Parts: sequence; C-alpha cells; structure tokens
Amino acid sequence: MTSQQQIITIVILAVITFMTRALPFLVFPAGKPTPKYIQYLGKALPLAVFGMLVVYCLKDVQWLEGMHGIPEVVGILACVIMHVWRRQLFLSMAVSTAVYMILIRVMV
Amino acid sequence: MLFLRFEKLMIKTSLTRAFKLSLPVLTGYWFLGITYGVLAESMGFSYWYPLSMAVFIFSGSAEFLGLGMLAANFNPLAAASMALVVGARHLFYGVSMLDRYKGMGWRKPFLIFWLTDETFAVNYNAREASATEMLLVSFLDYFYWITGGFMGYMFGSLLKFDIHGLEFVVTAMFTAIFMDQFLKEKELRPAWIGIGCTAVSLFVVGSQYFVIPAMIGILLMLTAFRKKLEPSYFEEVRK
Repeated sequence: MTSQQQIITIVILAVITFMTRALPFLVFPAGKPTPKYIQYLGKALPLAVFGMLVVYCLKDVQWLEGMHGIPEVVGILACVIMHVWRRQLFLSMAVSTAVYMILIRVMV
Repeated sequence: MLFLRFEKLMIKTSLTRAFKLSLPVLTGYWFLGITYGVLAESMGFSYWYPLSMAVFIFSGSAEFLGLGMLAANFNPLAAASMALVVGARHLFYGVSMLDRYKGMGWRKPFLIFWLTDETFAVNYNAREASATEMLLVSFLDYFYWITGGFMGYMFGSLLKFDIHGLEFVVTAMFTAIFMDQFLKEKELRPAWIGIGCTAVSLFVVGSQYFVIPAMIGILLMLTAFRKKLEPSYFEEVRK
C-alpha cells in the first residue's frame, strides 16, 4: 500500500465511524419533535444496549476449550454481587477484575 | 471579575466531577490503548499511523482492525463495509442520547465525535451530569485513549510487570454500569431482550458478524413489545 492509499483508508474509517455516531442526530434534529416511536426506543434501548455490551465482551471466550469461560463468568458474577451489595462502580470493577486475574493464573 | 472567578470555579468543580466520572474509563483505555500502541509498534508502523487513527477515528475496534488493513492490500470497499459493521452499534447510542444531548450548542459535534461505548455508558449512567461535565468526560476519555496508545508505542517493550488479564476491567465496567441501570430501572424486560438477542446471535452467527443481527433482533423485539413496555416510560416522563 502506498502512503496515499493508507491515508485514504484512514479517512474512510474515520468518516464512516463518525457517520454511525452522527446519523441519529442528523435524522432526528433537536429542533423538530422526535417521533413517538423513536422516543420510546430512546427509553427502552439503553438497558438492552448495556445487556448487549456485556455479552459483546464475551465474544472471544472459548467455551469448549481451555478454561471454558469460567474466569469470565465468575468475574461477571462477582461484579453483579458486589454491585447489588455495595453499589459502588469502582469497588465492583476492582473486585471482579481481581477475581478474574487471580482465576486465570490459578486455573492454568 | 467576580463572574469570571465564578466561571473558573465552575469549570474546576466540573472538571473534578468529570474526572471522577471518567475514572472507570481511564483504566480500560490505558490498558487497551497500550495494547494498541504495542501492536502498532510490533507491526513496524511509524508512530503517525496509530496516532492519526486514534485522533481521527477514535474507535478502538475500528483502529485494531485498521492496523491489519493498513498492513494488507489497498481495499477501500472492505474498509468502508468493515467500518460500517463495527460502527453500527453507535446508532443505538445516538438514539439513546438524542434527549440528553439536546440543546448542547457548540458542544454537540464534539459529544457526537467522542461517543464511544465507554463514553456513552458513563454519560448515560450519570443522569445528573451537566452539559460541561458530559463534554469533559468525553474529552478525558479521548485523552486517555490517545495517551494510552502513545505509552504503548513508546514504552510497551519496557513493560516488565504482568498485567495479563487487566483487559477484564472493560467487561467489569459494562457489567457494573449494566447493574447500576438494572437496579434503577422499573421496566427490566429490555435488559433480557438485549442479553438474549446478543447471546443467540453470537451463538448462531459467530463472533465476527453477530452485532448487526443482534441489533436487528433487539429492534424487532422492542417494537413487538412496544404496547407492553411503553406505558412505564411515559409515566416516568409525566412525573
């Protein structure tokens, strides 16, 4: 690839990524009333999207080999339990990450 | 004078609050950014490539794939479709933030450009955050990502301590924010829809292309259950 082609590649990635971020705001500008259906989606989507993101993080887990995803599942459970118990973002993150890092070392 | 001082104080407290809000992202972005910088360096790229991608694209997943593309043959169509597949999830963040990012004026283009998974998660979850705070959170996240990449590129080979597994902070952050929302919200069915559709899609389609089918599934389910789900949200609005 020439350096010109490399620049074009980066520009394509940048423009399309920005478009995916900007599109909803362009289609439903702040000045006009947003359709009821989109308002409903704006309310119902976030929780679904957070669920999607958690599963998204598990995309590269090998369920049938190695550690069978046990460190990931236990780490997530630790995070859920900590959060129900103490409701502190940082504490939940720190404890569950520690649990995960210990598990992948112990289970080898 | 007094007004100016007041303004300064406001920015100071906003920055402190934004910094606190953005802390969960700091760990994740530095870790991922370092990984990205190390990878770019190991592939033999000059620093300008990872840096310009971090500055102009600002999307971890697109940039990791971008490194591979820059090393391969020129294929603009593949680059475009890949960016679309990987970036499609931003559409959902935009729709979810339409309301929150209303009336942002000059800040809006920046808020949109900086709308990553993590920034969306933090800003959406911080319901009482002001416009300035959300803008600063977005900016700080951008800053963390760029500095992380820099550290990885420059000093990655000097890294001596074993940080293997630290990438789990990203999963932990999304899980903790998911739980935060889950415990706040009255209507919990969208959570099950999101988890269910994504898990099924991942299982059926495989890890490369599962996001768009999952998004379509979520949209269809939310549309199908609109009559049942909608009342609980608009009650909230009336209040």
